[in-house]
Parts: sequence; C-alpha cells; structure tokens
Amino acid sequence: MTPEKIIFLIVAGATLASGLMVVTTRNLIHAALWLVATLFGVAAVFAILNAGFIAVVQIVVYVGAIAILFIFAVMLTRKDMRDSGPQHNKNWWAGALLAVMTFGGLVFLVQSWASLSKAAADIPSGFDAVSQLGNQLTSPNAYVLPFEVASVLLLAAMVGAVYVAFNRK
Amino acid sequence: MNFWTDPLKVAAEWLEGILTGWGMDAIFAHVLVVFLGVLLLITILMVLDIFLVWIERKVVSRFQDRIGPNRVGPYGLIQPFADIIKLIIKEDTTPDGADKVVYNLAPILSMMSVLIVWAVVPIAPVILGTDLNVGVLFLIAAGAIGTLSIIMAGWSSNNKFALIGGFRQVAMMVAFEIPMLTMLLIPTIFAGSMNMNAIIQAQGSIWYFFLSPLGTLIFLIAVIAELGRAPFDLAEGESELVAGYNTEYSGMKFGMFYAGELLHAMTFGGIWGILFFGGYRFFGLEQVSPFLAVLIFLAKALIGYWVIMWVKYTMMRIRIDQMLAFNWMFLTPLSFVLLMVTALANALLAGTSIWVYGIGMFASNIILGWVALEIVRSYSRKEREKLEGPRKVAEAHH
Amino acid sequence: MIPLSWYLFFSAALFSIGLFGALSRRNAVAILLGIELMLNSVNVNLVAFWRYGDVSMMAGQVFAIIVFAVAAAEVSVGLALVISVYRRRNTVIAEDLDMLKW
Repeated sequence: MTPEKIIFLIVAGATLASGLMVVTTRNLIHAALWLVATLFGVAAVFAILNAGFIAVVQIVVYVGAIAILFIFAVMLTRKDMRDSGPQHNKNWWAGALLAVMTFGGLVFLVQSWASLSKAAADIPSGFDAVSQLGNQLTSPNAYVLPFEVASVLLLAAMVGAVYVAFNRK
Repeated sequence: MNFWTDPLKVAAEWLEGILTGWGMDAIFAHVLVVFLGVLLLITILMVLDIFLVWIERKVVSRFQDRIGPNRVGPYGLIQPFADIIKLIIKEDTTPDGADKVVYNLAPILSMMSVLIVWAVVPIAPVILGTDLNVGVLFLIAAGAIGTLSIIMAGWSSNNKFALIGGFRQVAMMVAFEIPMLTMLLIPTIFAGSMNMNAIIQAQGSIWYFFLSPLGTLIFLIAVIAELGRAPFDLAEGESELVAGYNTEYSGMKFGMFYAGELLHAMTFGGIWGILFFGGYRFFGLEQVSPFLAVLIFLAKALIGYWVIMWVKYTMMRIRIDQMLAFNWMFLTPLSFVLLMVTALANALLAGTSIWVYGIGMFASNIILGWVALEIVRSYSRKEREKLEGPRKVAEAHH
Repeated sequence: MIPLSWYLFFSAALFSIGLFGALSRRNAVAILLGIELMLNSVNVNLVAFWRYGDVSMMAGQVFAIIVFAVAAAEVSVGLALVISVYRRRNTVIAEDLDMLKW
C-alpha cells in the first residue's frame, strides 16, 4: 500500500458514497449538494491521474455552472421547500437490478481484458500536457473540427435554452 | 543555498531531517511537513485577517471624515480582538426549520473558498504553495466554491430575505465570472502561460497594466462584483433585504462570512497586483531577499485592497436589472472584443521591439475603451430622450 | 502505482449509480442528476486511458473536454425544458407527464 493507493481508495470511496446519496436522498437540494461532493471527488481522481487542467475545468464547469444551475432548477420547480411523497417510482427495483447487472457485466468485461494491471509510464520531464492539449485542440491536423462543432453545439444549446425557458406573457 | 535565499525549502528539509531522524518514514515525513506548511500559511492569513478588520474600519472612517477606532490600544489596534471576543460570546442562533448541516457548512465553505486561493499565490519567487501550471484557472475554481457557499447559506436559513439575497449574489457572481475569466486570459496571452509565477516573471521588462489598461480596469470591476462590494452590494441591500444571505447568521458564523469577505478583498487586491502590476517584482528589489519580495507583494496587495475600499465607500448601490444589463450588454461583449483585439495585436506585433509592442498595445486598449464609452454615451442619450420625450409632449397638452 | 483496473471499476460503479438514479427517480431534475453522474464516469475512463496509454496522444483529454461541452449543453437545454414544463403543467414528476400532446 503506497500513500498514492490509500489516497485513491479514500477519494474513490467518498465519491461513490456521495454518488449513492445523490440517487437515494429524498431532499432534492441535498441531492444536488451531494452531486457537488461527487464532482469534487471526480476532480480529485483527475488530479491523481496527473490531468490538472481537466480537474480544474471539472470544478469550473461542473461546480461553478452546472451544479448551480441544478440548484436553481430545483428551487424554481416547486411550491414548498420540502419534498413530500415518494421520490422513486414504482419500478425502482427494476432500475436497481439493471444497474447492478450493468455493473456486474462491466466488471466481468474489464476483468477478462488482458492489459489490465498495466502500470502507467512516467510522464516525461518537460512534457506540458496543457500546451499539448491546446495545440491539438486548435491544430487542423488534429481536433480543430470537433472543437468547433462542440462550440457550435454550445451556442445552439444556449439559444435553445433561452428560447424554451423564456416566459412569454 | 541558505535560509536567507530559500527559507521555505531550508526549513522543510531541516524539519524532515529531524522527523526521519526519529525513525519516521520519509514519505510520511514529507506529507507531515507539507501539512504543517499549509497550517502555517493559514495561521498567518487568519492573523492578517484580524488586522484587516482594523484597516477596513480605519480607512472607512477616514473616507467618512471620522477618526475610527482609537480607544482600545494604540490607534485602536486591539479593537479587532475586542470584536472577535464579542462575536464569540454572542448567542449562536439557528432559525427554526433551518437545514442544520447545510446552514453550518456554508460559512466554512465561504472561508475555505478564500483560503484555497492562496495555494497558488506566489508570495515571493521561492515562497509559494504550489506551482500549478493552470494557476489562473484555479482562481475561478475557487470562486465556484464561494458561489456555492452563498446559495447554501441563502437556502438553508429558511428565510425569504436570505434566499432573495443569495439568488441575487449568485446571479451576479455567475454573470461577472465571464468578464473575469476573459480578463484572466489577457496576462495568459502576454506571458504564454497560466502559471502565476511565470506571469510575474514575464513582467520583468513591463507591467501588464501598461500593455492592457482596459483589461486591468475590467478585471477590477469584475472582482468587485465577485466580492459583492459596493456598487454591487445589492445582495445585502440592508434597506430591502435586512442583510441578504447572512441575515440569519449570528456570532462567529457571521464572523466567518465577514472575515472571509475582507480576506477575499485583500486576496483579490493581491491577485490584481500579480496579474497586472508585477506581483512581487519591483525594480529588481525582489532579488535581494525573498523577505523583501514578500513585503513588496503585501504592499501591492494592500494597495489593491485600498482601491477596492475606495470604490466601495465612494459609489452608491445599483439595482439588479442595471447590474445584469451592465454585465451582459456591456462588460461581457467588451471583454470579448478586448480579448480578440489583444490576441490579434499580440500576433501582429510579435517580434517588434518592446517600445513598439507596448505603445501598440496601449493605444489599441485606449481606442477600444474610447469607442465603448462613446457607444454607451449615445445609448444613454437615447434612453434619456425616450424617458424625457413623452413628458414634454404631455406638458404641451396642458 | 495504481493499476488501470481500479479506475475502470470506479467508473463502472459510478456509471451504474447514475443509471439507477436516471431509471428510478420520479423528479425530472433528479433524472438529469443521474445522467450527470454517468457522463462523469465516462470522463474518468477517458482520462485514465490517456494516462495509461501514450501521454503525448491527447485524444483522451480532448474527448473529456468535448464531453464537458456536451454535458453543459445537455443540462442547459434539459433544465430549460423542465422549467418550461413546470410553468405549463405545474409538475416536474416524469410519470405525470404522459399526455404526449398538449
């Protein structure tokens, strides 16, 4: 057990526990706040994977924008502050069964795969992932087209969201 | 290498030597020393925070033609300690129907969002938490935690004024994050790095203030909005919302919000200094000793803090629709245009001498600022005519 | 060093949790919360494969960035729809929205 493994286990355990709270807690605001905890855990996993940029972007985009949007949406779509009545539908056991089966199937698939216990190569010294990423995102030989398509998608989503949610009197 | 040129490293190695001498594992000794370093930084910041209360009260009283605290200790220096004792012995109330866990977590998160920023702030060339290569983005990530703490405080208090205040503050913070993030990209373009230390090192020949005065100004406006200070303090407009999101907080929990706000203002004064005024650099003085560099950085941070206070105690509060219109219709487009102009000028002027480059950048900023002001002026003239026009017609009828 | 499988198991577990949330929740906003968890688990996989493959090939991180953009688009449109539905029907319970036409 190296300290790295211990840190990973703690982070992963906390993340999965808060993920479970997201889908089971009855109070929806609490669910959104547990989602924030899960997102922080995933950001920590990214940091353990030496992807600092992705980790920071995860917090900026998810916690700073998406989670806040969720909290606003939960508050705007209710008459009183408390959640009453059942929060899960009648077929929740089928969903649970399907989720467990998905997990089992994925574990089975991953387990039967050969190059599993492969250790990560050390990152070469002087390798700057951020500038690499920036170059590849804007280089015509690499990913400039997906990048542009993603930005057009974001713009379209923004216009669509404003149009859909706009309150026409 | 000795203590006077690299104090942190020497102290850390000395401590690690002692700990491993006691038979501790080298890795765990390292983790423990890093932890102690974090604790030391937080302690220093909290002590500084206590004196920020005194500074704030002294400065506001001078702005308002008063003397300010002057009874407790010399120049009232012990006054903040008296304040803290008062806050601690106050009754710690929790409203009925409050969401207890969230209610108690919010002030802690608020303080945390400020302290976590200092992980990437280079106080001196060798005195810094971590040399993160995306340090500039980290600031925005820390701001996200602050936004979260405010909506948690507003919602969990079970008070309509707190909720409205929280909504206002969050709407403002999310809105002004965009010009702020855009302005953070301008030093990034100049320095070619998001690392804060690299940004400071790149300002050896010229401060970025002279390359982008308009960017400096927009960043300051966005920072003041992010802090929720006047003229953007409509989240705690006391004439309508009691105290906004912290209405229900009392005692030390309120103290956490208050101290967090003061430290936040000072921190962003320092970051303003780092990004646009050369951080710990001051005509080569920083190379004499890291301790001198710390003093230079602190001086710049306090000057930045003073500017933020100056704005706060001079301007009046604006309405929320004015604030949102100001951001979405003026500041955000302007910052996008400025970013494009800066990137374009940076590409066109690359390879020219520092004088041509500097004057070109400065001139492009001034021209852009002037054009933006002219557009706003003509718009406001039209609005005024729209408001005053019908009144004149009505008078003609009488 | 942590083996690759740990990350894959972690992301599989997170994906299944999200799937359960998306299938079993009644509130439309909560269903979107579950979908967010699933998108996050995908990102963990992408970044883990980047780290354990050739680090100079940035495809994993590039895809993670694009997933961020897609998630942001999905949430903004999804929540706009939920708010719009709430305005007209006064409910966000997915089971009650079974009219298929207005």
